[in-house]
Amino acid sequence: MRGADGIGTNVGEGALLSAIDLRKRFGASVALDGLSVEVRGGEVVAVLGPSGSGKSTLLLCLAGIIPPDAGEVVYRGRTLGGLSDAVLTRLRRDEFGFVFQFGQLVPELTAIDNVSLPLRLAGVRRRDADSRAQAWLERLDVADVADKRAGEMSGGQAQRIAVARALVTGPRVVFADEPTGSLDSLNGEIVMELLVSTARDHGTTVVLITHEARVAAYADREIVIRDGKLAPVPVPV
Amino acid sequence: MSIGHALLGLLEEQPRHGYELKRLYDERFGISHPVKFGQVYATLGRLHRDEMVDIAAVEAGGGPDRKLYLVTPTGVAGLERWFLEPDPPMPYGRSALFTKVILALMSGRPAHEILDRQRALHLRRMRELTERKRTAELGVALACDLELFHLEADLRWIELAGKRVERLRAALSKREG
Repeated sequence: MRGADGIGTNVGEGALLSAIDLRKRFGASVALDGLSVEVRGGEVVAVLGPSGSGKSTLLLCLAGIIPPDAGEVVYRGRTLGGLSDAVLTRLRRDEFGFVFQFGQLVPELTAIDNVSLPLRLAGVRRRDADSRAQAWLERLDVADVADKRAGEMSGGQAQRIAVARALVTGPRVVFADEPTGSLDSLNGEIVMELLVSTARDHGTTVVLITHEARVAAYADREIVIRDGKLAPVPVPV
Repeated sequence: MSIGHALLGLLEEQPRHGYELKRLYDERFGISHPVKFGQVYATLGRLHRDEMVDIAAVEAGGGPDRKLYLVTPTGVAGLERWFLEPDPPMPYGRSALFTKVILALMSGRPAHEILDRQRALHLRRMRELTERKRTAELGVALACDLELFHLEADLRWIELAGKRVERLRAALSKREG
């Protein structure tokens, strides 16, 4: 869709997830300045931009973790701002998965317990949860560290466990914020390959926040944020 | 890259015909820029003149494809020297993008738009390379990596240039205000 100025606005019908004219400030600092974007189901979208451009704030708003000051986030036809905290929490648990830069595994738990945790929280019985978690560990080639705690594995292994934990509930959307930011190039590539190929196999939508173009290149398309706004989509000459 | 040294390296493995050298060169080094048959035969002619390759056999039937080339001790010595000689850093300041941005700033054209367009094109190429790398053998994957890292370096420069352009514009408007 194109606005009157010939610039792609990225907002239209048929989106799984939309942000409409989002605005967010932290004190005097403007993080989002009227940003609109749409993500279709099954798409892998990279959000690119330098540090401080507002991309992580966009992710937090899209995932319903923080509310925007103005504007709306619409997920499957529902405005997140109109949902109660309990409904939002259930939505995040059942339909969203998260991968962060430093894995953020629960340090006291083993790898398999970290992966089965979202299932247990959703009421799945321990045996079933463990069996599904084990299958994900095998798929991501980290079954050998199933009984290790986060501090006993390499960064690459921990990040693969984080990917397994994000995908184990079969979410519709995975939000990944700099998922390779703490990894070397080769481990970053392995994590991205696993995340994106598994998401594509399952039709999972991925919103990928990154400042690295090599990571963004795994996505179907990129949007670029600059100073809290979407950079114009270049119109072909 | 020197095609001559690449051909010497391929001949060091075993004697080969020109068409086989062309095929191997394209497979291993020519991911973005395949070599032309004419370049292969012209290079082999030069290497033969310089006594770096020799003709091991000429099969009946004539034509350039009938010659079997092998590397000579002089050729191996040249190859050894080349391996140990670091390449000079590339003169990136002569890139068309750099020139466009500087001229845009001088003439008041929108430098941001130039940078945005280049970023979109670079990312499209990076997506192609990333996809290709997924199923590629090691040599091709390494070639894709090399191009990906160079494109990424360009993009990092583009981001920095964008920031500098903003600062320059803010400084100018302050001065005018």
